Order: sequence, then C-alpha cells, then structure tokens
Amino acid sequence: MSIENLQNLENAPVILQANRLVKTYTQSSGRFGFGSAQIKALDDVSLSLKAGSTLAVVGESGSGKSTLARCLLQLHPFDSGEVLFEGKDLAKLDANSLRSMRKNLQMVFQDPFASLNPRMRVGEIVGEGLLIHGLGSASEKKNRAAEQKNKVQQMLERVGLSAGDALKYPHQFSGGQRQRIGIARALVLQPKVVVCDEPVSALDVSVQAQILLLLKELQHEMQLSYIFISHDLRVVRHIADEMVVMHKGKIVEQGKVVDIYNAPQQAYTQQLLSAIPGRKAA
Amino acid sequence: MTEILTINNLNVTPKNDPHRFLVKDAAFSLSPGKTTCIVGESGSGKSLTALTIMGLLSAQLQSTGSVIFKGEDITLLDNKALQKIRGAKIGMIFQEPMTSLNPVLTVGYQIGESLTAHLGLKGSGLKLRVESLLQQVGIPIERANSYPDELSGGQRQRVMIAMSIACEPALLIADEPTTALDVTVQAQILQLLDELKTRMNMAMLFITHDFGVVADIADDVIVMFRGEIVETGTKKQVLDKPQHPYTKALLACVPDAEGKKQLKPIDYAWLKDGLNDKKAAA
Ligand SMILES: Nc1ncnc2c1ncn2[C@@H]1O[C@H](COP(=O)(O)OP(=O)(O)OP(=O)(O)O)[C@@H](O)[C@H]1O
Ligand SMILES: Nc1ncnc2c1ncn2[C@@H]1O[C@H](COP(=O)(O)OP(=O)(O)OP(=O)(O)O)[C@@H](O)[C@H]1O
Ligand SMILES: [Mg+2]
Ligand SMILES: [Mg+2]
Repeated sequence: MSIENLQNLENAPVILQANRLVKTYTQSSGRFGFGSAQIKALDDVSLSLKAGSTLAVVGESGSGKSTLARCLLQLHPFDSGEVLFEGKDLAKLDANSLRSMRKNLQMVFQDPFASLNPRMRVGEIVGEGLLIHGLGSASEKKNRAAEQKNKVQQMLERVGLSAGDALKYPHQFSGGQRQRIGIARALVLQPKVVVCDEPVSALDVSVQAQILLLLKELQHEMQLSYIFISHDLRVVRHIADEMVVMHKGKIVEQGKVVDIYNAPQQAYTQQLLSAIPGRKAA
Repeated sequence: MTEILTINNLNVTPKNDPHRFLVKDAAFSLSPGKTTCIVGESGSGKSLTALTIMGLLSAQLQSTGSVIFKGEDITLLDNKALQKIRGAKIGMIFQEPMTSLNPVLTVGYQIGESLTAHLGLKGSGLKLRVESLLQQVGIPIERANSYPDELSGGQRQRVMIAMSIACEPALLIADEPTTALDVTVQAQILQLLDELKTRMNMAMLFITHDFGVVADIADDVIVMFRGEIVETGTKKQVLDKPQHPYTKALLACVPDAEGKKQLKPIDYAWLKDGLNDKKAAA
C-alpha cells in the first residue's frame, strides 16, 4: 500500500474530486429494428482522490469505469456534475489553463493500440508531451532535445523496454509492450494525477509486478496520485489504498481496500471477491 | 487420439532481418476436446504463433514451417481456400479487439457476416442466431445496433468472442480473450467456452498470462520464452512440477488473492544462472 500509515491517508488533502457526475449516451436504432435508447453510464457518481494515494475503481464490464475516467480528465462532455482538481473546477478553466493543467493529469488508456498513433515512432509518442515550444538559441534547443531524448529512453527502460525501441513503430510491438508504451507516455511528464484504465491487464505476471512496483516507486518519489481501474482484485489489493465498486453506472460501495476485502457489504462486491479465478482448482 | 492441428519447425522472422527469430522452431499439436494454454513472457512470440497458424502475419514478417490442420498443410493454401477455413473451421479471438472490428459496421452486422458467408443464414434466422450469441456472451440484444466504439472494452472483447464461435469452429484460437473482463463475466465466458469444447468436441488454443485462468480451464500447458517453447506438459506437470528455470521463475511471480505475498518480478541474473546450469547439464 502506498500510504502505509492510515492516519496519513485520512489527513492527506484531496487532489481530485468528482461531484455528482451524470453521463448519458444515446443509442440510435438500426438494422435490427430497435428504437433509440438511453444508456446511463454514470448515475450520480461522486468520489475523491487523496494526494499521494491510490483509489481503485472496480466493477462489472460496462458499469461505467472508462466513462468515469474520460469524464474526470475532461476528454468527454458530461450532462451534469463537476470535477475539481486542486479545488478548481476544470470545466470553468479557459483553454489555455486547461492545456497547462493537462500535463498534471495524465491517462493510460484501456486499448493501447487504438491510442497510439501508428505513424509516429515510439520515441516521438512518448516524448510528445515533453516538447517545449518557445524561443531560444539554437544550442539551447539542441540541449533540450538531447535532454528530452534522455528522459524518453530512461522511461522506456523503466517499463522494461529498451532505449533502442524509441526508433520503432507501434505495430512492431506485442500487446503487452504496447501497453507499456502507453504507461511510459503518461509517466514521463511527471504528472500529479494519473488515471490508469486497466494498465496491467495484458502483462505477464513478472512484468506486471515490475510495473506495479514502478508505479509505487514514482508515487513515493513524486507524491503521485492514481485512479486505478482494474478488474483484477489481486492487483487492486497490492496497489490501492481505497476503492470504489461500480455497478450499472452507480457507486455501490466505497472505502478502504482492507476493510472491503475483509468485510464486503454489498452482494455484488462479495460476488466479485469470490469469483477470483483459480480458486476453484486451488 | 487424432490431432486436429500439428505445427512443426515454425519460425517467424522480420523480412528485413531474417536472422532475428521472433518465433524459433516451435512445434506442438492440439487434440479435439482439449484446451491448451500458452503462457510466457510479454513479447515471447505467443501472438505471432497464433497469427501464423491463421495465415495472418503482417506483411513485414515471414514464416517457415508447417501447419497441418485436419491432415492438410494450410500454409500451402491460397488466400481464398484459407478464407473458407478461417471463421468457419478455425475461429480466432484477437488480442486487441479494436484492430479487428470494423468501426463503420454495427456489431450485430459483424457477428452475422460469417454466419451468412459460411452457413448461408439470412433474415429472421440470422437475427435469432445473432441475438442468441449476444445473449450467450452477456450483452443485451439491443446492443446489436451499436458500433464498436460505442461499447466498453469488455463488451468489445465479448463481441469478438461471439464472432469467433458463431460458426462453431472445430478449433478456437483465443489470444488473451478475457483480459478486459471482470471476474464474474470472465467466469461466464470461460464456462461458455468450456461447454463448446465438451459439446462440439472443439479444440482450443488459449493464450493467457493469468495463472488462475490456466488452473481453471487448461488440459495442457505450453510455456514460451524469448521466441521458443521451453516447456510443455499437462497442467498438473507444469504448474506443480515446473522443469524449466523460466517456468519456475514465472510461477514465483503469480500474485496471491490475499495480497500478503510481496510483488517481485523475475530476477534475470538468477534466471541466467539457471539457464547456464541447464545448458551445462545438457
Ligand atoms: N460512445 C458510446 N455510445 C453509446 N454507449 C456507450 C458509449 N461508450 C460507452 N457506452 C456504454 O456505456 C456503458 C459504460 O461503458 P464504459 O466503457 O464506461 O464501461 P466500463 O466499466 O469501462 O467497462 P469495461 O470493463 O468493459 O471496459 C456501457 O454499457 C457502454 O456500452
Ligand atoms: N511487425 C513486427 N516487426 C518486428 N518485430 C515484431 C513485429 N511484431 C511483433 N514483433 C516482435 O516480436 C516479438 C513477439 O511478439 P508477440 O506479439 O508474438 O508477443 P506476445 O508473446 O504475444 O507478447 P504479449 O504477451 O505482450 O502480447 C516481440 O518482441 C515483438 O516486439
Ligand atoms: Mg473500460
Ligand atoms: Mg500477444
């Protein structure tokens, strides 16, 4: 757990907060002859993330986890509610402030391949956010470029890829390698909050452990906070301090991970905990 | 027992770097009514092996070796003959749903496509079959009208599963088919596949990094490491008495449900010693 001392967790300031988020999708009718339908993906969702801690979001497939992630980062309009980052309402920021805020709010996407530009080299993808515009002498620019390249290579190595991979294109990587490219891209910016959507679901157990340890290490180094979406309750147990359980667009249970694991209150949570695969054979 | 699929001397290399083996000298066979799981490190060649069997390697890569399906070397077939086998006799679930779903067609249409092409289903018969498939993978039937990007990650994955089993293939190749699914839905899908295996005597090649899943569904296990198959055996042999140093190291990384075990990636220095000992012994 990232904040060993529960006292610390209680006293930590809230860095990201969502109040009463509602998001509805409209589904048009089509060839199979059904009318248009409304899908309430988020139904009055509120949560708060404490600085330097990890909040896991678990729940059934289709329960609204990725929608929540996108709304938290303002990548998606929502019907009502608000998202506060360090107390400021993100929707009320002008385009400029929102852009500078973006650096502090990063996302690791669920579908790694769809989120990597196939025409860019991995070094460019990971380094993109680091590009510092503005004036400067030619030699200053050159120094910055070298520094950026360094950072990118170091980050690639930390996620278990090699510096030489910077020159390759996304399609030259395996599924798990692509997932790690997405993680490197988010972490290289040294953000304050990272929303990770199933960040280790495609990784073998060794690389998974390596990435989880890296996330914890960076959390210690830089006071990072994570929203950690995962359906793997074994992973959640290791990485998260607090958790929320979503079901059909609503949060049905929330609290400290230890408490929920020891005494799940809701039937759905109990079902989740008892369905961890491998138990049957064990 | 007669094998349904046998691969021999399978090699995969980049066309522009024919000495770099991404898959090296792979060989195994699959029997009807049995599930064989492939496990192994990220980037070890699991997906490339599956894609080679399907004849779907990307244009930059080339393969040698034989793939005998029902007595016929399918690497020698032309594309038209292969297409008749793909989808109808060999189903495949790809690791990244978005790269294999067509974004401009509804998912109902895409599930129906192979039923029309291979079984000649049309009209209300087709509609009923598509709805039944959606139901079996736990997606509300009205979502047949959705486009892939209107679905959640796990819903897309389940659409792929519905497509792959639509024609009740004799062999199903599944590449990390449940990575995006929560445990309750995962359990439902694993049960569905297991049922097909028993009822249709289907053979299944199942790539996963989740040892809980292996424990639940595998009959046999293949372990890949750096492009090579380093161990094969029954589930019991491989999980209880692993022989190869890599298998031992990998099993030591499996997280426990209680979160008591420390997260620890493979110690490659230690593994190297183990591999050297093995070489010396040989
Ligand atoms: N663009 C869209 N249009 C219509 N419906 C959508 C759209 N995006 C998501 N949905 C629906 O909203 C619901 C919530 O989706 P979301 O992607 O947030 O689920 P999730 O909890 O992340 O699921 P998973 O674990 O499968 O990734 C689902 O029923 C999904 O089908
Ligand atoms: N088009 C390509 N060109 C060059 N190298 C490639 C290409 N496609 C894959 N590779 C490399 O081949 C190796 C094997 O890839 P493969 O996708 O089979 O791995 P995998 O075992 O499925 O891994 P994962 O568990 O991460 O999905 C990887 O190291 C990958 O980088
Ligand atoms: Mg999702
Ligand atoms: Mg793969």
